[in-house]
Amino acid sequence: MVENRPLLTIVRHLVLLAGIVSVLFPIWMTFVASTLPGDALMTGRLPLLPGDRLWENYATLLSSGLAAAGGAPVGPMLFNSLVMALSIAIGKIAVSILAAYAVVYFRFPGRMLCFWLIFITLMLPVEVRILPTFEVVADLGMLNSYAGLSIPLIASATATFLFRQFFLTVPDELLEAARIDGAGPLRFFRDILLPLSRTNIAALFVILFIYGWNQYLWPFLITTDESFYTIVMGIQRMLRVADAVPQWHLVMGTAILAMLPPVVVVIAMQRLFVKGLVETEK
Amino acid sequence: MAAIELRAVRKRYGNTQVIHGVDLTVADGELIVIVGPSGCGKSTLLRMVAGLETVTEGTIAIGGRVVNDLEPKDRNIAMVFQNYALYPHMSVYDNMAYGLKNAGMARDRIRERVDRAAAMLALDGLLQRKPRQLSGGQRQRVAMGRAIVREPAAFLFDEPLSNLDAKLRVQMRLEIKRLQRSLGTTSLYVTHDQVEAMTLADRLVVMNGGVAEQIDTPLAVYERPASVFVAGFIGSPAMNLVPARTTHDGIGVDLDGVGALAHGRGAVLPPDQPVTLGLRPEHLEIVPAAEAALFLQVEVIETLGADTMAYGSLAGGKDSEAGLSVRLPGTHRLEVGDRLPLRPAPGTLHLFDRDGGGRLL
Repeated sequence: MVENRPLLTIVRHLVLLAGIVSVLFPIWMTFVASTLPGDALMTGRLPLLPGDRLWENYATLLSSGLAAAGGAPVGPMLFNSLVMALSIAIGKIAVSILAAYAVVYFRFPGRMLCFWLIFITLMLPVEVRILPTFEVVADLGMLNSYAGLSIPLIASATATFLFRQFFLTVPDELLEAARIDGAGPLRFFRDILLPLSRTNIAALFVILFIYGWNQYLWPFLITTDESFYTIVMGIQRMLRVADAVPQWHLVMGTAILAMLPPVVVVIAMQRLFVKGLVETEK
Repeated sequence: MAAIELRAVRKRYGNTQVIHGVDLTVADGELIVIVGPSGCGKSTLLRMVAGLETVTEGTIAIGGRVVNDLEPKDRNIAMVFQNYALYPHMSVYDNMAYGLKNAGMARDRIRERVDRAAAMLALDGLLQRKPRQLSGGQRQRVAMGRAIVREPAAFLFDEPLSNLDAKLRVQMRLEIKRLQRSLGTTSLYVTHDQVEAMTLADRLVVMNGGVAEQIDTPLAVYERPASVFVAGFIGSPAMNLVPARTTHDGIGVDLDGVGALAHGRGAVLPPDQPVTLGLRPEHLEIVPAAEAALFLQVEVIETLGADTMAYGSLAGGKDSEAGLSVRLPGTHRLEVGDRLPLRPAPGTLHLFDRDGGGRLL
């Protein structure tokens, strides 16, 4: 569409700017707060420019953490979150791509039943089934473990469905050509389907990594041991320090640190991510 | 190198039978084209030979070995698909080498074979490209290359040219023919394009409704179509099919209300029988009005340069629906509304049973 209407362009940019500001401003304020001394935040008036305690605050967070205030150190929490997010993302992709492969390419009795069962679980997010899931995990002795953090969240109908839809767009002739070329089911999967799904996998990885990273309720329920705390729930714990003033500057610093890994993942995989969502390479 | 033999091959999907018993022998090194309208079962037949569809009844043998229950890879065949089915993420080289790799062939032998096929197909400089960086004709050649490197007993082509534009199609058609001649590999080729069928085939199989209506050389099919269907399908423009009756003496036909016509084949037919008279547009000649057997009321004229096509209706016929077309030399001038006196060239008329559609003469 070719349009040359300067006023409209200006209005458009103003709207966009307003959007950007409303998204970035809270993050900026978080960052500013994390660079101030602790008592500066108690006055009720927050400055708009960063203070001089940037290195000091972050050094405290990364080395000793909020131990002084009864919290857990940030470094291990970041690591726990990373383990959990990676296990969930990789696990979900591995399980769902195999499930989709079975549902699309194999004729077995109850195939559609399997598909619909998987599909129905879309209606049961973690929050709905949290009590029975907790029971199961507790009985299996997986409380306070990485397995307990990640395995119950791995089964994914969304990813299975996405892969199924993608597999359905792969022309049948490719399978037939592969059969004539002597590729069995596993070889076809490894040599042809997997490389073709590359961009889909990347896109899903980004989404699922963030999903895993942002898990709050589940880790909150099943971890009682400090060494398995994840960062997202850790932030919340920091605020519930008994008999003390919350260390807002450090809490804000932790929030900034918690935001970084997802940002890094998104930026690093942006190109593949966008490609995976918009184009199918055939 | 091997012959392919189909014996009473049938295919049923549930209760629907799509192939009604086809017998066909493709001799060693022969190129047989299966042609027919969409839905006639030609692709199904090819896919049964390839092993992509199961055979409900009958046997398929390649090189004397019954292959009904063998996996496609064990049948020693190679197939070229309509949409080429190249692996999009692999280079041209890997596409061609994939089957050989799976068969466990040594790396240097694979390279040797791929290089040889690439040279044959003028793909030398393109081996590292991805399929999406190739033109339609080049992709087609890669698909051919993938078939050639396997050095199979038989090539199976499933409408390989229908995704190409008209000019490339003619060019690739020649290339396929030349290649098949030089390799001498037994080939089965499916198409719905009758020009492709006529030009490529050693022998043609004309299929209709799951039945092989005629199996013969292209010229024989053109000159003596075995049924009304074959007569109407092979030949461009299509043969004129006019309802008629045999005369009382059985040595001619009566075009309802237009006039009688001796068939001149020296045979006596059962008298007063309803038949379908087949006249090829290129076999009708303009004659002086007194000698004419029928008249064409010209309605549409197509000037093609070398030829001029005249379409219209049979003048004076009871059945005004019966269209008629004539191919005339390009030098002939005519106008819409002309009434052309015509007569079929001697020995060029075809007579078919009106009910069964089989050939009478």
